[in-house]
Amino acid sequence: MLELRGVTAGYGQFTALWGVSLRVSAGEAVAVVGPNGAGKTTLMRVISGLVSPREGDLTFEGQSLARLPAHEIVAHGIAHVPEGRRIFPMLTVADNLKMGAFLRSARRGYRDSLERVYTLFPALAERQKQRAGSLSGGEQQMLAIGRALMSRPKIILLDEPSMGLAPVMVLRLFDLIRRVREEGYTILVVEQNVRQILKLVDRAYLLEVGRIKMEGRADELSEQDFVRKAYVGL
Amino acid sequence: MARLTAAAVLAIIAAAPFLPMGGMRQYALHVLVQIFIWSFIGGAWSLMGRFGLISLGHGAFLGAGAYTTTLLWNFWGLTPWLGVLVAVAGAVVIGLVLGYPCFRFRVVGHYFALVTLAVGEVVRLLVIAERDWTGGSLGVTLKASAGEASLAAIQFADKRVFYYASVVVWLGGLWVWRRVDRSMARSALEAIGEDETAAASVGIHVTRFKLAITVLSAALTAVGGVLYAQYFTYVNPDTLSGIGVSLRIVFAVVLGGMYSLLGPTVGSALTIALSEYLRVLFGLKFIGMAETIYGLVLILCIIFLPAGIYGSLRAAIARRMARRRAAPA
Amino acid sequence: MIDPIFIAEAALNGILLGGVMALLALGLNLIFGVLDIVWIAYVELVMLCMYLVYFLVTGYGWPIWLGGLASVAFGAVLGVAVHLLIISPLLNSAAINQFLATGGLLFFLQSFATFLWTTDHRTVRLNLPIIEVAGMFLSFARLIAFVVAILAMIGLYLFLRHTFIGTAIRAVSQDRDAMRLMGANPQRVYVVTSAVGGAMAGLAGALLIIQYSVHPYFGAAFGPLTFMICVLGGLGNMVGAVVAAVIMSEIISVGGVMMSTEMGYVIAFVLFIVMMFARPGGILAKRE
Repeated sequence: MLELRGVTAGYGQFTALWGVSLRVSAGEAVAVVGPNGAGKTTLMRVISGLVSPREGDLTFEGQSLARLPAHEIVAHGIAHVPEGRRIFPMLTVADNLKMGAFLRSARRGYRDSLERVYTLFPALAERQKQRAGSLSGGEQQMLAIGRALMSRPKIILLDEPSMGLAPVMVLRLFDLIRRVREEGYTILVVEQNVRQILKLVDRAYLLEVGRIKMEGRADELSEQDFVRKAYVGL
Repeated sequence: MARLTAAAVLAIIAAAPFLPMGGMRQYALHVLVQIFIWSFIGGAWSLMGRFGLISLGHGAFLGAGAYTTTLLWNFWGLTPWLGVLVAVAGAVVIGLVLGYPCFRFRVVGHYFALVTLAVGEVVRLLVIAERDWTGGSLGVTLKASAGEASLAAIQFADKRVFYYASVVVWLGGLWVWRRVDRSMARSALEAIGEDETAAASVGIHVTRFKLAITVLSAALTAVGGVLYAQYFTYVNPDTLSGIGVSLRIVFAVVLGGMYSLLGPTVGSALTIALSEYLRVLFGLKFIGMAETIYGLVLILCIIFLPAGIYGSLRAAIARRMARRRAAPA
Repeated sequence: MIDPIFIAEAALNGILLGGVMALLALGLNLIFGVLDIVWIAYVELVMLCMYLVYFLVTGYGWPIWLGGLASVAFGAVLGVAVHLLIISPLLNSAAINQFLATGGLLFFLQSFATFLWTTDHRTVRLNLPIIEVAGMFLSFARLIAFVVAILAMIGLYLFLRHTFIGTAIRAVSQDRDAMRLMGANPQRVYVVTSAVGGAMAGLAGALLIIQYSVHPYFGAAFGPLTFMICVLGGLGNMVGAVVAAVIMSEIISVGGVMMSTEMGYVIAFVLFIVMMFARPGGILAKRE
């Protein structure tokens, strides 16, 4: 469904990704793990169009997306939950979700989508009228994910969803992601919590200094010595 | 080499009033005096501007300076030599009253610009409101002193005197600019301009530095105002305070380039030459046309030469050099 | 001693003017809030719209309401033109360049208007009654302007609250990149914002021409005041804008009667400066 071939990208003089290739099939959950500064966030930003790749190609359902602006990529069915959540703090929860459905194609089913998100995250339904900035970190992350679902995406990109959350919240969040997955969404997730994310996904890639170092099924990968020592901490 | 060029330019400037110019001498001198005065004022503005303190209210200091000496002379016959001290003191007070709370409460960026704009308007409106003294929006004429020339009144019929006076003041402005440029204060202020919080965290006294540069800029601008008033012997709230003049100062500086010593001078020379040319071109026909073109040129310059003439020129040269270096390889 | 009835009349007029000023400040506020750019020439656009209404009504005999509608449309077009021609190329430039470019527009519009229409003051004379209330004389034109301005602000409020694009306008001002991830083209949102801001200028122009005469320097009188109300109200705060507009207009109106017009402005501007220190986030903002 989503495929990257030899993608090189960066900012100005700095290159963050060197010839990265990666593939996500429909219905799959895939994780990209790696240390800080490995280029994980850049990878996500390339897929959603916030950063244009310098070389390589990026296809989604057979269509090339490289060099399309971010707002057109969303229309192809790719929803990006950015690092740091990036909700609109001064808008209400309901308005944040409304913005998730900004796409013309999503507006028609706006009411339905809203219902689904509220069923998935009842905490959001209770806080509809609150300013998003007043929510707790965990709720804000829920809102960010809910907002992404509002665009009726085919794939969701989650960038460090557990960042800045208390350990208890992290567990709850992973539980929520599991439920989103059970709803049938395809997911590509970047995480630092390697051990937990590997329990959740089908496959994973290991990214280091801008290059894919390893890939494989999640259960196999967590057995690998290298990954265990370096990231899982077992 | 640079030293030699500077000496040559200075020699030309010194000799200019005696060069043969036919009947044009008076007019040419008039334009040159304006250029030096406005270059000096632009330089004073750029002291703040280059550190991110964008003032849209320098007309306040200009007006305060010009009106102080003019009114002191007209009503009490106080010589402008002393008047200028009062004028500078007045501008410093305005600078402090404006600057201290602004910097203390971290009023920056657009907000700082709008506060200074308000200060400029306040001065302009006060001048108009106090029309019994100041002549209101009609302006006021400096009372003529007895005789052709009076050193005490700083009034001279001969334009050459003002020419040399403005050159001296202009050179003084350049000297101050250079001093600031080479001082410790500069690196401190640049740090502040980049990131105020970070600057404060390494022990830079942000408020004090900003205040110092504001006061310096205000004082010099007031001196410029005094010189203007003495030269033109007529002051008017709209040509000295208000948004229009403040924007003109900023435009000249940005056009020339506010990060270089001669940037404000180049910019002032160009803008004054442009408006003089347009004024002569249109004369009394097509009233408003000269200013219309001026505005248009301003917009186009900002869009197409965002780094100013000097900055854009340097960037273009750098690009060409890079290309030449790349070509043989 | 001034007869208190005059002061009461001035106070009432201040409120009526406050409505129109609030509308004007909100249009500027919207643009400032979303694009982080102050259009120094905003009130010059109002001036152009006033001329349009003047010529349509006195020259071509259009009814005032139709002239007003034309003015709203013209304002929107001007807003889009300013955005595309001047703001768009400078979106990522230094703030000073943005100030200067719109400042250049101010010179341009002022002088071009002088060139085209001279500095004559022009007025649209409507046959509207003067109402007498408890010994005070109120112009019906001002009352209408006030009511229309309030209605327009309510309309703007509903637009920003309840439509997708209106909410997007508010969202873009908080996080431009996040809004791109929602599938919104920021450039398009900016154009819509500028059109709405311009339309507000157009409407304000129509409401001002029935109370004041227009001349090329109209903007010089109302421009600074508008910036200040805009900032005093607080970004994106509609109630704040109305409160700020009424306070400033009151000071100017009452101060004008008790002292002089200029002193009224001086006091209002000094208040603005002081308020910037006391409440930089706007009149109604909570202190941090």
